[in-house]
Amino acid sequence: MRKRPGTVAHCRILFRLFIIFFALICQPTFTKAQQNNPKEESRLLSGEIGRSGGRLVVSLRGEPKTLNPVIAADARSREIIGVMQADLVHINRANQLTEPALAQSWKISPDGLAYTLVLRNGLKFSDGRPMDTDDVLFSFRVYLDENTHAPQRDLLIVGGKPIAVRKIDAQTVVFQMAKPYGAGERLFDGMAILPRHLLEKPFQEGKLGQIGSLSSAADQWAGLGPFRLKEYVAGQRLVLERNPYYWKLDSEGNHLPYLDELVFLFVPNADAQVLKFQSGETDMISQLGAENFSVLSRQQNGFTVTDAGPGLEYNFLFFNLNDLGEKASPDFERKQKWFRDVKFRQAVSSVADREAIVRLVYQGRGAAIWGLVTPGNKRWGDANLAHPERSLERARALLKEAGFSWTTGPNGESTLQDSGGKPVEFSILTSSTNADRAKMAALLQDDLKQLGMRVQVVPLEFRSLLDRVTQAKEYDACLMGIASYDADPNSDINVWLSSGGTHLWNPSQPHPATAWEAEIDGLIEEQMSARTFEQRKKLYDRAQEILAEYQPMIFLASPDILAGAKNSLGNFHPAVLEPYVLWNVERLYLKSGRENATR
Amino acid sequence: MTRRRKIVFWLFVLGGLHGIVLCAGFFAPYDPVEQDRINPYLPPMHLHIVDAEKHLHLRPFVYASRLRPGTFDQYVEDIRQTRPLKFFVAGAPYRLFGFLPARLHLFGDGKERIYLLGTDAFGRDQLSRLLFGGQISLFSGLLGAGFTLSIGWCIGAAAGYYGGWRDDMLMRLVELFLALPWLYLLFAVRAFLPLTVNPLKAFFLIIAVIAAVGWARPARLVRGIVLSAKERDFVRAARGFGASSFYILRRHILPETSSVLLTQAAILIPQYVLAEMTLSFLGLGVPEPVPSWGNLLSNLQQYSVLVSYWWMYLPALVMAPFFLGYLGLASALQESSDAYKIEKRSLGSLA
Repeated sequence: MRKRPGTVAHCRILFRLFIIFFALICQPTFTKAQQNNPKEESRLLSGEIGRSGGRLVVSLRGEPKTLNPVIAADARSREIIGVMQADLVHINRANQLTEPALAQSWKISPDGLAYTLVLRNGLKFSDGRPMDTDDVLFSFRVYLDENTHAPQRDLLIVGGKPIAVRKIDAQTVVFQMAKPYGAGERLFDGMAILPRHLLEKPFQEGKLGQIGSLSSAADQWAGLGPFRLKEYVAGQRLVLERNPYYWKLDSEGNHLPYLDELVFLFVPNADAQVLKFQSGETDMISQLGAENFSVLSRQQNGFTVTDAGPGLEYNFLFFNLNDLGEKASPDFERKQKWFRDVKFRQAVSSVADREAIVRLVYQGRGAAIWGLVTPGNKRWGDANLAHPERSLERARALLKEAGFSWTTGPNGESTLQDSGGKPVEFSILTSSTNADRAKMAALLQDDLKQLGMRVQVVPLEFRSLLDRVTQAKEYDACLMGIASYDADPNSDINVWLSSGGTHLWNPSQPHPATAWEAEIDGLIEEQMSARTFEQRKKLYDRAQEILAEYQPMIFLASPDILAGAKNSLGNFHPAVLEPYVLWNVERLYLKSGRENATR
Repeated sequence: MTRRRKIVFWLFVLGGLHGIVLCAGFFAPYDPVEQDRINPYLPPMHLHIVDAEKHLHLRPFVYASRLRPGTFDQYVEDIRQTRPLKFFVAGAPYRLFGFLPARLHLFGDGKERIYLLGTDAFGRDQLSRLLFGGQISLFSGLLGAGFTLSIGWCIGAAAGYYGGWRDDMLMRLVELFLALPWLYLLFAVRAFLPLTVNPLKAFFLIIAVIAAVGWARPARLVRGIVLSAKERDFVRAARGFGASSFYILRRHILPETSSVLLTQAAILIPQYVLAEMTLSFLGLGVPEPVPSWGNLLSNLQQYSVLVSYWWMYLPALVMAPFFLGYLGLASALQESSDAYKIEKRSLGSLA
């Protein structure tokens, strides 16, 4: 969407000059010259100038399954891959905008269908082998291959057709789409460029899935990210070392990353991570819960905890609106009649005490939400979205309109009953490992009790919860949270579209079940191919308003992104996008050498 | 005499403790599930007699608590606002012994709330939860022990008295049950049950599960005593006079087992209370918001609660007098038991 100023050719010449100079001339005078050159600003990064050396220890919530981006599906693997691989165009986690990465510039054709990307000069993989457009072609061939089942594949299918990749020369590559795609360059974020010289053979043999396991030797794998594999100790830690061929420089022309080593300790639970951080075993902690945040902030001793503000995680309640057909029991059909009533859902939303959720669950470190776009998303929130106050009266009135009534039980408590005289009782599923959501459910349970609804909270192990919701579809209601990985609406596309797999209340529909779902589908698809931000925003706002009106998801709250680091860590700026603290890992540095000596 | 006095003493202690829990509705000032969302994690309020101006009050009082601005869980006492403790006040409705509707509470203060043991994450009164939670925990222990002992007693007596292949079969069964990893069994049982189990069903489920796996040990003990008792002279004499098996069991053998059963009961009850707590702690027991001691303690699974709010440990402390009472009773029973001596004698002759 945004074009880089200047022509591609001009850019390339300057870039080559830069490389030659870099090899020959002493750095201080050189950087001055470079700072005047706007084309190279992306390679030279802002931020404090750091000190080279040292090792940073962080904890990882369990072992990553693989280092292979083609098969990585778990968050832990993706976190590791994020620091070992690089993409063509990158989303800056701080300002949520795109910036050049391996591609130094890109151009969009007037019809919005072709993206021409120009690679940087002299790029090398972490094993010293040069990287060129053939590697780009190979990578996208792998991602688009049906047999590899890469999770990235869905993203690369635009307008029903896979993106076509064409080589122009060793530095230039063109991506051709079948349909215009809003914010197309954001697609490239997270699409790691794979080493063709290492992977071509296994790919042709169909063995790509077996490559990149942690136990395989370090020389079987290479990436373009700031770090490369050094050592893996099963069940304990993963040690990464500086990639000497990494392409980024700081504004003084020093090679990045600053750190010599990055160590991931496998610590399976959040509380153990806090203990390790408190005792100084790890230098940094992220994804802190609010309670642990306040424990740490009470005893800040050599470390500082930071509240980066509301993130992109949205927690919500949804009812089972699936059409189960003959599978549905009469009892469940009766319940679904309530759930399908918009007024019932609006009443539940109206009685949910979001303010109490933020205060009691997140200790005030969060935000109440009424839509899918959280306050952490700076550009896409709909300013016109209503934020109705909690109102028991309104909820009662809505239920009355929908034909519900109340009876008083023998213990003096009032019970809500439907038009058939049956009491309103249902259960809410929640993940048993997420204490925050369990608390949210307990608050909601009490809120709904005030309407005379009898609600049971059922904590379930997350995998079986997901199975029930998306496969078996045997549940009444469910409390869940989703964290968008990007601020752009397209990252939530599977939630919005009725054909999407995370359109949780009724996933993967062949045809939209309701008129409003059809309308949302239309708006979202139109938004995808709209060219300007203003057009897209207008369409997206309308979709948000429809969602708020029909309440298939009752949005509750969004937690702040909380993180902490030792005071000796420089350039520590947690962002609200994943990976919250390692997004600028190449610029993280240790302010003094003491930390190294302690280990 | 002293032995008897010991038993009476412990029975008296236990009776008192259970009485308090049984009448939880009266002793607890509030409804245990009622949330007070502006006072989460309020620390226990201190009872005062002397106020800030050194005036003596006849009626104990507490100071109101105010949230320190800008914090979530830091409170300060507001010394301008006193809340005197009123006794025998009308409050939240409850059912005494589960059926008598009542409103009378031991203490309270009509409008303002008094939290003598603090509040939990939702501002629920910890004291009320503790007392009501005891109902679930203690009675599942009592009922569980009752079921266990009746099953164990029947099986043990049958095995010991009839002997032979019946004995072999039953004892192998006992061994099988002793070897079962009961905690994992419980996980499995829970997984097969429907998703939503209402609190009452969950309560009986726990009891059923505890009883089903716990009967093996008492069965073994009873069998041992029956084995030795049935060889005694007066039993042989009775048999010689043509008494039926049922008569002999009832009249001569089973009374011998009574003291062992009582001692076992005193040991098993606290064990089963603990079992309920373990289950609820792991989220397999009665569901929230119904309180049980295990549910209350499960808050401590979070590190932040562990280090920040000491009053969340209270359920663990409250168990102590109960357990002490039961174990004291068990040892007093064992000391005074005659059967114990008979058993020892017969064991000695066997050796």
